[in-house]
Amino acid sequence: MDSVFFSGLFFLALVKATPIAFGAMAGLMSERSGVINIAIEGMMLTGAMMAFLGSVIFNDLTGGTLPKIYSLLAGLIVAMISAALVALLHAVFSIHYKVDQIISGTVINLLSVGVTNFVANAYIDPRGLAGVGVFPVINIPILSEIPLIGRIFFSHQPLVYLMLIMVAVLQYALFKTPWGLRTRAVGEHPRAADTVGINVNRRRYINVTLGGALAGIGGAFLVLESVGRFQKLMTTGRGFIALAALIFGKWTSVGALGSALLFGFAEALGVRLQLGDVNELQALALLAGIGIIVLAGAWAVLKLIRRGADQRRNRTIGILASAGLASIAAALLFDWPSVEIPIQFLGLMPYIATVLVLAGFVGRAIPPAAIGKPYEKA
Amino acid sequence: MSEPVLRLVGISKRFPGVLANDNVDFELAPGEIHALLGENGAGKTTLMNVVYGLYKQDEGQIFIDGRQVEIHDPNDALARGIGMVHQHFMLVPVMTVTENMMLGHETTRGLRLGLLSDLDPDRVAEEIKALGDKHGLSIDPEAYVRDLSVGEEQRVEIVKALYRGAEVLILDEPTAVLTPQEAEDLFSIMRSLIAEGKSIIFITHKLKEVLVIADRITVLRDGRVVGTTEPSKTTEAELAAMMVGREVILQVEKGPAAPGEAVLEVQDLQVRDLREQMAIRGVSFTVRAGEIFGIAGVQGNGQAELVEALTGLTPVEGGHIFMNGQETTHLRPRAITETGIAHVPEDRHKHGLVLVYPLDENLVLQTYYLPPFAKRTFLQPKEVRENAIRLIQEFDVRTPSVRTHAGSLSGGNQQKVIVARELSRDIRLLIANQPTRGLDVGSIEFIHRRIVEKRDEGVGVLLVSSELDEILGLSDRIAVMYAGEILAVMPAEEATKERLGLLMAGVREAPDSIAAD
Repeated sequence: MDSVFFSGLFFLALVKATPIAFGAMAGLMSERSGVINIAIEGMMLTGAMMAFLGSVIFNDLTGGTLPKIYSLLAGLIVAMISAALVALLHAVFSIHYKVDQIISGTVINLLSVGVTNFVANAYIDPRGLAGVGVFPVINIPILSEIPLIGRIFFSHQPLVYLMLIMVAVLQYALFKTPWGLRTRAVGEHPRAADTVGINVNRRRYINVTLGGALAGIGGAFLVLESVGRFQKLMTTGRGFIALAALIFGKWTSVGALGSALLFGFAEALGVRLQLGDVNELQALALLAGIGIIVLAGAWAVLKLIRRGADQRRNRTIGILASAGLASIAAALLFDWPSVEIPIQFLGLMPYIATVLVLAGFVGRAIPPAAIGKPYEKA
Repeated sequence: MSEPVLRLVGISKRFPGVLANDNVDFELAPGEIHALLGENGAGKTTLMNVVYGLYKQDEGQIFIDGRQVEIHDPNDALARGIGMVHQHFMLVPVMTVTENMMLGHETTRGLRLGLLSDLDPDRVAEEIKALGDKHGLSIDPEAYVRDLSVGEEQRVEIVKALYRGAEVLILDEPTAVLTPQEAEDLFSIMRSLIAEGKSIIFITHKLKEVLVIADRITVLRDGRVVGTTEPSKTTEAELAAMMVGREVILQVEKGPAAPGEAVLEVQDLQVRDLREQMAIRGVSFTVRAGEIFGIAGVQGNGQAELVEALTGLTPVEGGHIFMNGQETTHLRPRAITETGIAHVPEDRHKHGLVLVYPLDENLVLQTYYLPPFAKRTFLQPKEVRENAIRLIQEFDVRTPSVRTHAGSLSGGNQQKVIVARELSRDIRLLIANQPTRGLDVGSIEFIHRRIVEKRDEGVGVLLVSSELDEILGLSDRIAVMYAGEILAVMPAEEATKERLGLLMAGVREAPDSIAAD
């Protein structure tokens, strides 16, 4: 157990959190404007396949004369556009035709599974299409040389950086710009927005569709930065986990990133468990420790934002943070006996942790008030 | 008279099956308060929504400062200096006052990035603070709207309209949600706005307010203008007749009461509110059969908790309640109902009706499990339906059918449904909390008549209302509640508006002037 192991774990957590965070941001854009989006999974899946097809076909068309990076970028753009079109379909169903948004989302998920499987069976597999490859790692100069931190944060492929930038941009945009103000108003009280001259349905159309493009990046990540080729059903529920991250993160992009990291961390630990360089009890203690520290951190940030000065709460945050640190230290220092715990149980931990967190400390996650309700003018 | 700031010519607006506005002409002179008077559904709000760009008229023209204009959406209206304060406030509760002010018309700083520029809440906060101070409307720009009282929200709405540059202010039923004191405050704000050169359209169905505040009055009925007059040239009765289309008896006709034995006895009642604060601090009174016992008071002084405690909806902290001689202090609501109690709740949407149920089912909410509406465990739809047909006729509920959802009826008809349900049972005590709030003159008259009829049949009535006219017009004895206590009980003959008003403000009377109970 050393710093290499440790930074590797965090590095992997960030990578695993990336598609989830993109998916959650897609949901954020849509749901903050009042449209429920459970179709993130379908959008990501479509994005993944189109990223693959886009990059492969672009590469074929150019006869492999251009550097690989152009094909990958082409794949990314095709993924964004196609996932945005899927999102537009959801928008047309739920805004124009006022279809129940859960049903529309379910239909789109099923449709995406069907279409991608069909294309894989009919086109990709028979031709034995191979991928173009993946985006190269970009080491940020100077920053990547910082011990520990540099390895965790500044030595990634480009979409991971893009994800971190987008989280910050969205957080800022949602609370500090006219776009965010209008988006939130449309999601909370569309009639009020209408009376001050905001076009409610146009706002929703734009947000749902742009969100789809973000989900497309999340799907493209799986192909262009991870596996390198398309596999049937390769999103494996990440779209739904993104939805959970969105809710646990209380419909903010920073909160969603926090939850996505927790999920990513659990996934990374699972990988490590399979590799055999960490045992189950250790993993559990680590996960618990990280979870508690994330919670304490989130809480502290929230308090800073709200300028609260409740001493009792400050002490609670302190106690939580130390408990988390103690748990991590215990995981690292002791020789833990090997106990067989099913891997799935570890996968369960972030959910349990978030439920406890939400129930006990951070308070209820309150969705936008007008979510799921089509806007009727009169 | 100078050029009108706003002139409507021949406005018509159709909705499927309804002609909401029929060839309406209307004029607003600069610096006047022009009241738009009419019953619910007369088309007042529709007309103003046309002016504000929320609806598009089917026919007719709008002139602002003498020039014909097309108003397609609220942005057009706001750009031409027309602001509207809606009856249901258009404020986002989870946002601050400042954010609500900016919405749709944002002030930004720094780089110009269109919708992605940096908002400048500090500057807006300063502007609205200055604007508020100028007009005597104190508001806290940083407060969240969800934390504001109704009166404060209304002030925010008015400042919002002014902030957007409104010269013409449309106030839709602004007093419906206000206490008498808050209404007074609003009137003085309106007068100061007029002094600043603004013009106001004041939508209401309250006759007294119109006579107090308006310069001119236009009455709408069934979408048509009945006439325009001035307060000095008309009376309440005349206005009421114009609104309803027939003579209306504003003063309830009732003979002297013939009180019998006590049907409700409250002894030293104590109740906590939802926040665990003492809302009722030791209240005692008696209501006798055949009398109307009115409880006056500004809303929020414990009346709601009192009624909920009596009907079993809120637990009682201390003291005793006897109904028809039986102790009901800790009984469940159904058990209390079965002792012969009728309850017309304060909030007809939340507690009076199941809005998504049809009328016939709403009419058996307390009796559905009893014969003839249920046999063994099965509901008898035929009986339920016949009951509804009978009651709808008897109580003059205007509805397309007995299967119409309660939520789609007008407020007056909804209240009639509740009154029909409550009064049609075999009752000895009627508890009515704000039975006519937000209703039009015709419905108020109807409900008041029914309450007096019940009294004459020997039912005891507990009437809770913050409308002094209602209390004075109906009650045989009057109590005043203030801060969870009853400050005084007096026979109706000894009550005057001034005396009640002082008590409602919490001014206790010298002991010798309190009438014996």
